[in-house]
Amino acid sequence: MFGYYLDLALHSLGRNKILTALMVLAIAVGIGASMTTLTVVHLLSGDPLPGRSQAIFYPQVDADPKNKDSSEPLDMLDYRSALDLWSAKRADRQVMLVQSTVRLNTDDAGKPAVMMPMLSATADFFSMFNVPFRYGGPWSEQDDAARARVVVITDDLNQKLFAGENSVGRVLRLRSSDVRIVGVLKPWRPSPQFYAIRGGRFAAGDTSDFYAKPEDVITPFFTGLDVNDGNFQQFTCWQMPAHPGHLQDSPCVWVALWVQINDATHVAAYRRFVADYAAQQQAIGRFTHSGNTRMRSLMGWLDFNGVLPSNVRLQAWLAVAFLAICLVNMVGLLLAKFLRRSGEIGLRRALGASRAAVFAQYMVESGLIGLIGGVCGWLLTMAGLWFIRQQPVAYADLARLDVPMFLLTFVAAIGASLLAGALPAVRACRVVPAWQLKSL
Amino acid sequence: MQIKPILSALRRHKAGTFLIAAQIALTLAIVCNALFIIQQRVAHLSEPTGIDEPNIFVIKSEWVGAPAPDQADAQMRADLQALRQLPGVQDATPSNSYPLRGDGWDDAVRLKPDQAQDSSGSTIYFADEHFIDTLGLKLIAGRNFRAEEVGHMDMRYKLAPPLVMITKALAERLFPGDTAVGKTIYLIGGPATVVGVVEMLQAQSVEHWASDFAYRAVIIPERLNVSLGTFYIVRARPGQLDAAMQAAAKALFAQNPRRVINDDDGVLSFSEVRSRAYERDRGMAILMGVICVVLLAITAAGIVGLTSFWVGQRRKQIGVRRALGATQLDVLRYFMTENLLISCGGVLMGAVLAIAINLWMVTRFEMHRLSLMYLIVGVVLLLLLGQGAVLAPALRASRVPPVEATRSV
Repeated sequence: MFGYYLDLALHSLGRNKILTALMVLAIAVGIGASMTTLTVVHLLSGDPLPGRSQAIFYPQVDADPKNKDSSEPLDMLDYRSALDLWSAKRADRQVMLVQSTVRLNTDDAGKPAVMMPMLSATADFFSMFNVPFRYGGPWSEQDDAARARVVVITDDLNQKLFAGENSVGRVLRLRSSDVRIVGVLKPWRPSPQFYAIRGGRFAAGDTSDFYAKPEDVITPFFTGLDVNDGNFQQFTCWQMPAHPGHLQDSPCVWVALWVQINDATHVAAYRRFVADYAAQQQAIGRFTHSGNTRMRSLMGWLDFNGVLPSNVRLQAWLAVAFLAICLVNMVGLLLAKFLRRSGEIGLRRALGASRAAVFAQYMVESGLIGLIGGVCGWLLTMAGLWFIRQQPVAYADLARLDVPMFLLTFVAAIGASLLAGALPAVRACRVVPAWQLKSL
Repeated sequence: MQIKPILSALRRHKAGTFLIAAQIALTLAIVCNALFIIQQRVAHLSEPTGIDEPNIFVIKSEWVGAPAPDQADAQMRADLQALRQLPGVQDATPSNSYPLRGDGWDDAVRLKPDQAQDSSGSTIYFADEHFIDTLGLKLIAGRNFRAEEVGHMDMRYKLAPPLVMITKALAERLFPGDTAVGKTIYLIGGPATVVGVVEMLQAQSVEHWASDFAYRAVIIPERLNVSLGTFYIVRARPGQLDAAMQAAAKALFAQNPRRVINDDDGVLSFSEVRSRAYERDRGMAILMGVICVVLLAITAAGIVGLTSFWVGQRRKQIGVRRALGATQLDVLRYFMTENLLISCGGVLMGAVLAIAINLWMVTRFEMHRLSLMYLIVGVVLLLLLGQGAVLAPALRASRVPPVEATRSV
């Protein structure tokens, strides 16, 4: 029966090509717009560390004397607090990290020096965040302590400098220090760049920079402080730092601390440890208050920072409204199309077709329109994502259709057209045969 | 024109009527809000900087090997001299930043040294005595810096210049209804006397967070010596921008090759600076524009489709009307009026929906309230669209011959 209905549907679609084209266009444009924006939302709001994120936490204490117990603590840590919490090694893994801009000089006399972002982190960074290596591997904890002049570079930089060869053992010149490459990463593109997120509450929704690529140059934490001394940026300070750019003893927050706690039962203990640390710092007079320590989980921290840019959310809402209009449009057109064939319906009913059969026939026709619309909508989605990749936003390179969203395109297109077809099909199967036959 | 028969006909086509009205309502609601967003972005795009944009370009010169402050200052003075000697260059000035750059030094301004609440936020521009001539600023009160008043400082020192110039917007904020020249303001490092007021100079950031002090700036008579590098703002002679841009980078390398001037953003004309600063706003405005056009097209197509169906369905009735003496114009007018009635219902619903959506966006996306003008423009636009869309099917209806009435009765 399905085959027969399909045949009828094809016939009917061919009969009024303009009306068919209009409906296909409506579905395609609605699906194209909403799938483009929903794909972006889907890519930007995923879990950057699936399977691991629930064990990752972001402890915060508040050294700012201008704050009170009732205020949110500052988004980053001062050097002393970060170092104390990190050195206690109370979590399964812990990472201190800081970002800066460094000048990279190449051996090539012909190539000019370039400024590039650098990440300086302690050794656990790679194992804690599942960072994949192509060549070599991470440095050791001893390298951290010894301030070893070593570096890990990304696949991108390796392609650029060494044409993708195994560059382990080669030397880069960062500012005026030589550092030896110990590892080269595989392509690694977390979305968002979760370990560097902070200050989202001050961004007024303009958070697209949270989706930047990881830094191309990654050095051990203390090595970075040495190599790029004088070039570190504070998140904020409560007094002018004595030596801007060198922030180790400054009244500034500028270091991020991440910890991994595998056993959920130990989370409360670590929370208590952070609170006790703050209380102890208050007791020795370094903090003015200690009641506002925090320890959000990774996803909680992303939420708190409102990582999804408000432009993206706005576009998604618009696109869904757009789809709704396209659907209303399609309901109208289908109604017109189906009821125009009232005579035919009357004939079929008179010859013994049940209402269910008529309903099924028209739903098959709607579904077919949805399928064609889905194919066109998929093409439009690809075009839309291409357009987004041309935009000057940090997440541009992420905008690609993955398999679930590809399937969703067709499910949504067919689902939407069946929904749109339901009312006209119900009206069609209510056609009274006798009236129609009389007027034939 | 009789409205009653149209209404009674519509009552027999409830579903179709409702669908057209609903589509018009939704389209109105979305288009109004989209137009409003476009307008806000475009207004943002066209905010003036207050400087002579067509002739200005900016050079970012990075030092090699972190020179000491005195060394950097000597280099800056030599560079400026080299730049000012170029034939295509009218004037040049060093600065830490410039309007639309995005980030730089923003700081608090106070009126008393021990004031708890800041009087205003402000952009801090470091400058020399050539600053206002280079940027083409208009001095509206007081005087410019004198050459001997311009010093230099590095990041180790607190910001405490003896005298400053400020913008009119900042002067009005600090000393409403009073002259600012001769008054004292407190920067983070100490007091400074205002010697001059310039008409207009935009802050370095046009982002949302800086909108509180968009045109408030303090101009400091110091060359800021930073170990990383500096900006030079250069004003070319009219019509010689391109030549001056090329000559300037060459002249700097000739002066001292130990520096980095990036290929892609080392030398930027101000029109490039502007387009970089507003890239995202422009993208959003274009997207909204495309959405509006496509929506209107889809709505129009829907109206054409449904009305055509109605015309087809009613051929016989139309034939009867024609046979009973109705003119072609009467039939045309019938369908036009019918559409107008449906559209009016639609825009009424749509207006309510548009306001509701706007109120929701105000709470979620930091939008402003929708101005009534947009609603009126949207309503007129959709009524015209409806009339335009219905014209073709209505004309076809009016051409139905009276003889249709006699067929297959």
